Amino acid sequence: MNYIVSKPELKVVGTRPVRPDGVDKVTGRAQFGADMVLPGMLWAKVKRSPHAHARIVSIDAAKTLALPGVRAVVTAADFPDIASEEAFVGEGPMNFRDLSRNCIARDKALYEGHAVAAVAAISQSVADAALALLDVQYEVLPHVIDVEAAMAPDAPVLHDDLFTQGMDHKPSKPSNIAKRVVYKKGDIDKGFREADVVVEGRYTTQPVHQAYIEPHACVVSVAADGQAQIYSSSQGQFMVRAYCAKLLNWDLSNIRAVPLEIGGGFGGKTLVYLEPLALALAQKTGRPVKMVMTREEVFQATGPTSGTVIDVKIGARRDGTIVAAKEVLKYQAGAFAGSPIGPGCMCGFAMYDLPNVDVEGFDVVSNRPKVAAYRAPGAPMSSWAVESALDDLARKLDMDPITLREKNAVRDGSKTHYGPSFRDIGFVETLAAAKNHPHYSAPLGPNQGRGIGCGFWFNIGGESSAAVHVNEDGTAGVVSGSPDIGGSRASMAMMAAEVLGIDVGKVRPIVGDTSSIGFTHVTGGSRVTFATGMAVIQAGERVVHQLKERAAQIWEIPVEAVEWRDGAAYPAGSNAGGFEPQTLGQIAEKAARTGGPISSEVSLNAQGAGPGFGVHICDVEVDPETGRTTILRYTAVQDVGK
Amino acid sequence: MSKHHVSTTINNEPVEFLCETQETLLDVLRNTLNLTGSKEGCASGDCGACSVICDGALMCSCLMLGVEAEGHVITTVEGIAREDELHPVQRQFLEHAALQCGFCTPGLIVATKALLDANPNPTEEEARYWLAGNLCRCTGYDKVLAAVMDAAAEMRGERQAA
Repeated sequence: MNYIVSKPELKVVGTRPVRPDGVDKVTGRAQFGADMVLPGMLWAKVKRSPHAHARIVSIDAAKTLALPGVRAVVTAADFPDIASEEAFVGEGPMNFRDLSRNCIARDKALYEGHAVAAVAAISQSVADAALALLDVQYEVLPHVIDVEAAMAPDAPVLHDDLFTQGMDHKPSKPSNIAKRVVYKKGDIDKGFREADVVVEGRYTTQPVHQAYIEPHACVVSVAADGQAQIYSSSQGQFMVRAYCAKLLNWDLSNIRAVPLEIGGGFGGKTLVYLEPLALALAQKTGRPVKMVMTREEVFQATGPTSGTVIDVKIGARRDGTIVAAKEVLKYQAGAFAGSPIGPGCMCGFAMYDLPNVDVEGFDVVSNRPKVAAYRAPGAPMSSWAVESALDDLARKLDMDPITLREKNAVRDGSKTHYGPSFRDIGFVETLAAAKNHPHYSAPLGPNQGRGIGCGFWFNIGGESSAAVHVNEDGTAGVVSGSPDIGGSRASMAMMAAEVLGIDVGKVRPIVGDTSSIGFTHVTGGSRVTFATGMAVIQAGERVVHQLKERAAQIWEIPVEAVEWRDGAAYPAGSNAGGFEPQTLGQIAEKAARTGGPISSEVSLNAQGAGPGFGVHICDVEVDPETGRTTILRYTAVQDVGK
Repeated sequence: MSKHHVSTTINNEPVEFLCETQETLLDVLRNTLNLTGSKEGCASGDCGACSVICDGALMCSCLMLGVEAEGHVITTVEGIAREDELHPVQRQFLEHAALQCGFCTPGLIVATKALLDANPNPTEEEARYWLAGNLCRCTGYDKVLAAVMDAAAEMRGERQAA
């Protein structure tokens, strides 16, 4: 890998230590969601709707409950019918009421696979037999799964109380269009009048599942005093706690959510499916309850990303300057409102400095599973549409596709069509690096082609907490609130080691549960290294300050006369006195006599995340007889900041 | 439901267990014997996360019934390391960071062990074909392949231990 920027003066960050979670993962010891076991545990399974859209007429559990070994059944009747309220603990738009009804259908089943009941029993086979005995009567309703068909005036309506937001006039009747989003800049009609060349295209994508290899799983226990422990695999233990508390009307303080290892998420584990059901069953039975989805259930009932229909129209002058850009996006939300239409509307044209822009997006419900976040939620589909249209434009102008993008690329100070102006970005540098890469000018053989595509993501900061503890022997511990989905424990340990000035092998990182570390937003949005890392660094700096104070106390000099480098306190110059350095280990040994344990926890809301840009080059060969395509070469150029 | 009594060998130890007829070997390993290193990703033989070695052959334990283990010799991921020493395959996976979330890793480790037991000097293409039944969603396979090839070289004595 080649890095363009010069490396800052860092000793640990940038090295490649073996990851601290590695040995457990290569030996099978790492404990994932489905690996958790508690004594006396019951197994619970979910009864799912066989219909895409149906009114639930009745649920008769008499035969189920009569089966030996069955302990409890829950339906929507066991959950409070909560009010509509925006939730901010997940990634992407979510409403607590919708989430409740997604976890267990109330009145209507809205997609095939929608949970209608859950059964807890003494074994998996008894639970399976119990599900078969559960008598659910449905009145089947007409359904709709195509995004444009769902927008039609005569489409079957999923929610009687869903009125389109963002219209010029408040709609008089409900529809499947949850929201209309509009971004306008300049004068689009004037722009197209000035254009010498116009390209237009329609781009459709299917809902793609995140397809993490680990199916959803949890174990929940509720003690007689009402204290619950939730062990599960998710992208946020605080998200699990918040959703469970809200859906069952519990106090947050009565729930301890413990993060287990997560076997992939890609955005799909930023919400809950099983935990509230297991919590209700554990409360009802007084026994720990384990739930594990099958792969079939994961595909049936958990969120893919939106399938979309996107229309793009771009006008440019003969020299390649884009003068007008229009995009209409229709995103499937699944059965409940909340597709990533917002980021979709922002990301497509975010990379280009355009005078006249008109973007209109629709968030549309249909009889499909509720979508979930998926790797830069909403952006890839929109970028694919816009980038494809730009390739058409380059062909029409007989212009190199990277040159066309360079001509219109955002630079420092460029104002986006959705509001903010960019600063300190590296898109043109990324384009230049791709253009100058040997790949871009390498010769192609017969039936081979080369494509390029660009992408953009905001990146976010947000709420994170981390603690750094100095152990009595001079080693250290780091606790953070961020589930480790891709190696963040290694990153956190490295940042702590960097600040403390000690070997990374002496720092042991863990992910804390909701009772042992401050609130931390989900692992998502490319935020953890930035935001949780910031909390680790600040906690480390506070620890270093304490270490300096202890050294100052030992030497009986002011703390301002102490400096910290390479894991030890030094007198800051000859005026401070001729003391031998005190290493972190030496100070830790004496901690009890100089003021007690040395540790710090920092909670913050990280601001100022810089956006990222990417330019990728791909060579493909097509067999003209069979149509088989083979990727021959792929080069990715990423703007990763400083 | 009456259960079947099964006698087998798992990770060099004699093991007896009771299982229901429909229970897979994977169910038995995970839920009866608490050997949770083998993972269920699909239960249909597609993902390879449940890979075990049965009498020297690489198998998906989700496609084998518990009762079929009778009289056979089975190795799971828990049996790859020797006491407190990691197997070269495990060491090279760590050295190359050939894992991310780690959920497919037990299956890949077992499959690689089976490959190198059968073919100590595979070409990269042979290794790719061998591991085609083990899906990784996080890393891609480049680091995995580098780890496999270096583990093979180390086991042939052509390369220093990582």
